[in-house]
This record gives sequence, structure tokens and C-alpha cells, in this order.
Amino acid sequence: MSSTALSGFRPAATASQSMRRIARRQRYLSKALAGVLSVVVLIWTILPLYNIVMVSLEDNNDVFSDKLLPSVPSLDGYRVVFTEGYWYLEDFWHQFGNSIYVGAATTFLTLAIASAASFSISRMRIRHGWMLSNVALLTYVIPQSFLAIPFYRIMQSYGLTNNLWSVIAAMVTFATPYAMFIFQQYGRSIPTELDESARIDGASPMQIYVRIYLPLMAPALVAVSTYALLLAWNEYLYQFLMLSDKRSMTVPVALAAFLNSDEAPWNYMMATAIVYAVLPIAIYYMVRGRMTAGLTVGGVKG
Amino acid sequence: MPDGASAIGTVQVLPRRRFVSVEAQRRHFWRGHLQGSEYAWALAFCVPYIAVFMIFVAYPVGFGIWMGSKPTLYAALFSDPIYLETVINTALFLGIAINVKLFLALLLSGFFMRKGWWSKALLMVFVLPWAVPSLPTYISIHWMLNGEWGLINNLGWHLFGITGPDWLTDRWTALGSVMVSHVWKWLPFWTVILLAGRMAIPSEIYEAAKVDGATGLRMFVHVSFPLLANLYLICTLLSTIFSLGDFNSVYFVSGGGPADSTHVLATLGIRYAFDLAQPRLGVAAVISALPLLIPLVTILMRKFRTSQVQL
Repeated sequence: MSSTALSGFRPAATASQSMRRIARRQRYLSKALAGVLSVVVLIWTILPLYNIVMVSLEDNNDVFSDKLLPSVPSLDGYRVVFTEGYWYLEDFWHQFGNSIYVGAATTFLTLAIASAASFSISRMRIRHGWMLSNVALLTYVIPQSFLAIPFYRIMQSYGLTNNLWSVIAAMVTFATPYAMFIFQQYGRSIPTELDESARIDGASPMQIYVRIYLPLMAPALVAVSTYALLLAWNEYLYQFLMLSDKRSMTVPVALAAFLNSDEAPWNYMMATAIVYAVLPIAIYYMVRGRMTAGLTVGGVKG
Repeated sequence: MPDGASAIGTVQVLPRRRFVSVEAQRRHFWRGHLQGSEYAWALAFCVPYIAVFMIFVAYPVGFGIWMGSKPTLYAALFSDPIYLETVINTALFLGIAINVKLFLALLLSGFFMRKGWWSKALLMVFVLPWAVPSLPTYISIHWMLNGEWGLINNLGWHLFGITGPDWLTDRWTALGSVMVSHVWKWLPFWTVILLAGRMAIPSEIYEAAKVDGATGLRMFVHVSFPLLANLYLICTLLSTIFSLGDFNSVYFVSGGGPADSTHVLATLGIRYAFDLAQPRLGVAAVISALPLLIPLVTILMRKFRTSQVQL
């Protein structure tokens, strides 16, 4: 009240000056606020990751201490992981290979099955194809973990536990719906006239699929294969349920098995975790530029 | 003239339709416009997906419903105090964590709209929790929360001289830790989605609002939010459904402890089935989430169909 009353009596020049000062102060304030927010976001994001890196660099004694930094950073944890020098890690590279195998098979099958179905639905426009799309969408929104128990029982009755293909089947099942969603959305940008003219020239549907559809869908194929690979690589529950044998385990199952041991070698475990996480991080940052908003949703399911 | 042309068209078409046999009609119903071998091809392209769906979705779903069809299971379920605690935990988890997460994502997406290299660089770092697999980070958080040797209490001690509580030995701090971990992991993802939504808003709208004198909060309430509301709603629904099945955050951060007091339905089902060897009870626990899941999925499917939201 009093300040506005006062400023009313001031000459015009000083009033505009003070206005400018207020504006400047506001800009300054918002900048400071943004700075504070940045720092908060940075600390919030980094802290758990810092913890992984720090623990992985500690030696056995430092783990059970109140230190914020390893007293002497050592790469011993990584050496142990790479040389399989601890009894929990004795099959590490074999398990790493299993993870890669599951990821590669899931990616390939997802691409093949989903692109063929999308081709049939959206390019050949098979009758009742929309029902298939809806069924796929419905599958996409079912939480994976809700199907785990019956899925496990079925795999058990087929004698497929401890078989990587049971995991691959589960991963393909959960990756194809999203893949079809993306393929159909992306496919709308490709004119159907291309298919029509190829058909008039006498191309069979198979030829159209291989020579026209797949090459034009390349960006979507890249996005979906990234998604499928990361899904298979990061998934835990199904792999844990299906794979209990040491030789058939994948890396996440082996990593979690550490937690059950009495003497938890946290530094080895975190070193394993970093070796495991490098691939998805690298892939993520490689394809980030290509992942438009539309292609990002797939990361949802953890 | 156009009238005449169309009249000729119908005159020509009508008699021909009369001779279409029942068999051909049926074929038309099943095959649509596809002819001859093309229909076989189209079917062949679909068959792998139909097979996957039948064997690995429809069959397990049916099997699960059969496993959980006995009413006595539900009597056993509702008389288990752990189940009742679990229902409360699940409701709190969905009610609090999802909304906090999405509201923060909405605000942060506005923050990341700022221009300049700094906000771009910060975004690159900010998406790390999403890029890193969930397992290592949840295990890391589990260790951070250790009362004696964890990073959180160490920091509290070194920086402020506070002795923090043992986070995971009390139900409410443990549940809170699980929620915070969940928010930490998934906040970047939803921020990126909402950021994409904001970027899709034409800048002319903002400029027009600015000319009309809107700033800051008013701009957000009257311009940004109404345009983002639909996307925000879809994100909330999707996130609720996915979080209902979130197994990893609870399983690795609190492990359902202390004394099985922080389970959610997803982890309790697995516990019944594999730790207690009662798979039917586990399936029943999961099925008891359907009264929430089915309406959510129905609304979401309708939203997907009616709105042109590109996810």
C-alpha cells in the first residue's frame, strides 16, 4: 500500500527506472532459482549411481565403513569380475553370453513376428485386422508380472525351465505388442501407392514385404530392435523364475543371487552391476537422437 | 451431369450384386478386398503373431483364471493380515507415488524447456536413471539405505551430524523408500514424454498468450496445462497400470520387509507362489487387482482410440 502510494508521487523517469530494476531483479531471481533446481536435480539423479561406482571401487574393508569415498580406489572388484575370481562369479562370462543370446533371439523374433503381422494388418489390410491390433494393445497394457505364475507353471509342465527359450518366449510375447504399435504408426507415413504399383508390376506379397516394406521401415526397425534388446536385457522376474541353474542364468539373475549370500561382497556385486549396465547405457545414448517422442514409450516396462 | 453419372453407376452395380452367391458373400466377409492367393499370404503373415498370442497370452490368462477360480482361495486371502496390509500398501503406492511422480515430471518438463546448453546437458544426465537397468540401481539404493554403512546415513552424519534411522526396518520409512526409489527410476521417462508433449505445442500459442499479458503461473494454468491435460491423463493411467505390476522396486529396495509389511500385490503374488508354494493363492492375489485394472484398461483403450495422442 504505502510503496504504491509513494511511487505515485515519484517523477515518471524514476518510476520506469525502478520498474526496470524490478524486472532485472526478477530475471536474476529466476536464474538463481533455476540454478538451485539444477543442483538439486543433479544430486538427486547422481546419488544412487555415485553409490554404485563408489562401492565398486572400494576394497573389501571399505565396504563396511562410514566413508564417503574409498580410502584407496582399487579396480580389484573389476579384476575379480573379469577373471571370474569369486565363487559367485565363476560362470560370469557364460551368463553374460546367455544374456546376449536371449537379447539377440528376442530382438530377431520380435522384429520378424511383429513386422509380418503389421504388414498384413496395415498394408494388406486383412479383414478384422483391427481386432489383432486391439488385442496387441490390450496385451501391452497387461502388467507382465501378473502373468508370471501361470506362465511359469506352463513352462514347467513343458519341461522348459532352465531353458533360455522359455525366457525368450516370454520376452517376445511382451515385446511384440509394442513393436506392432510402433510399426503401424510409422507405417502410416509410407504411401500405399508403392505397394499398389509393385502389385501391378506382378510382385507377390512376400516380395513387397521384403523389398519395399522392410527397407522403408528401417528407422522403426532400429527403434523396435533397441526396445526389444533392452527389454530382454533388463528384465528380471521371468528370468529369475525360469532360470535357477547356474549355467543357464542370465546376468541379472546372477546379480540378484548375490543378495542371498550371507557374506555379501558388495564391491564385487557393484562391479558386476556396472559391467552389466554398460551395454544398455551405451545403446541408449547411441540411439537417443533417433528416438523421437513416439518411440520412447517402450521403456516403460521395467 | 454428375447426377446422371452416378445414376448410371448404381444401375450398373445393382443387378450385378443380385447374382453374388452366398458362398462369395461369405468369402467377401472373411477376405475383404483381398483376392486369391493374396488372402493366404495375408493370413500367413498374421499366423506367427496369432500363435504367440494364443500360446503365451491367451493360454496363461485362461490357465490363471482357472487356477484362481475357487472361492475358498479368496476367503483364505482376505483372512490373511499380510494381504490386507498389502492392499493398503498398493493403494498408497499408486495414490502417492504415481501422482507425485507425474506432477514432478510435469513441472520438470517445463524446466527442461529452457533454452541453452546447460539445460540440454542436464537433461542428458537426468535421463540416466531410465537408461540404467533397474536392478543395479535398486540394489544400490537398498545398500544406500543401510542404517549402519549406507551412503544416506553416512552423508547425514558427515554433513549435518545427524544419525539417520534404519530406513528399512520400519514399515513406513521402508514403504516411503520404495516410493522414492520408484519415482527416482521413472521420473526421467515421464518427464521426457511430457517434454515431447510440450514441444508439440505450437510456439504461436505461447506468443499470443504473451501478447495478451500472460506470464508464469497464469501461462501454465491457462495455456500449457489445458493443452497437456489429455496427455497427462493418459500418462497417469498408463503409469498406474504399469506400476501395479512393478515388481522390482519393492522386491529389491525393501524386499517386502520388515516382516512382509511392505509388499504390493505384484510381489505378494510371487511370494505366495514361490516362497510359500501356494501358486493358486498367488494367482488369487493377482486376480484381486482386476477390479481396479479392468476399468483402468477400459478407459485407457477408449482414450487411445478417441484421441490422436501419439505415444
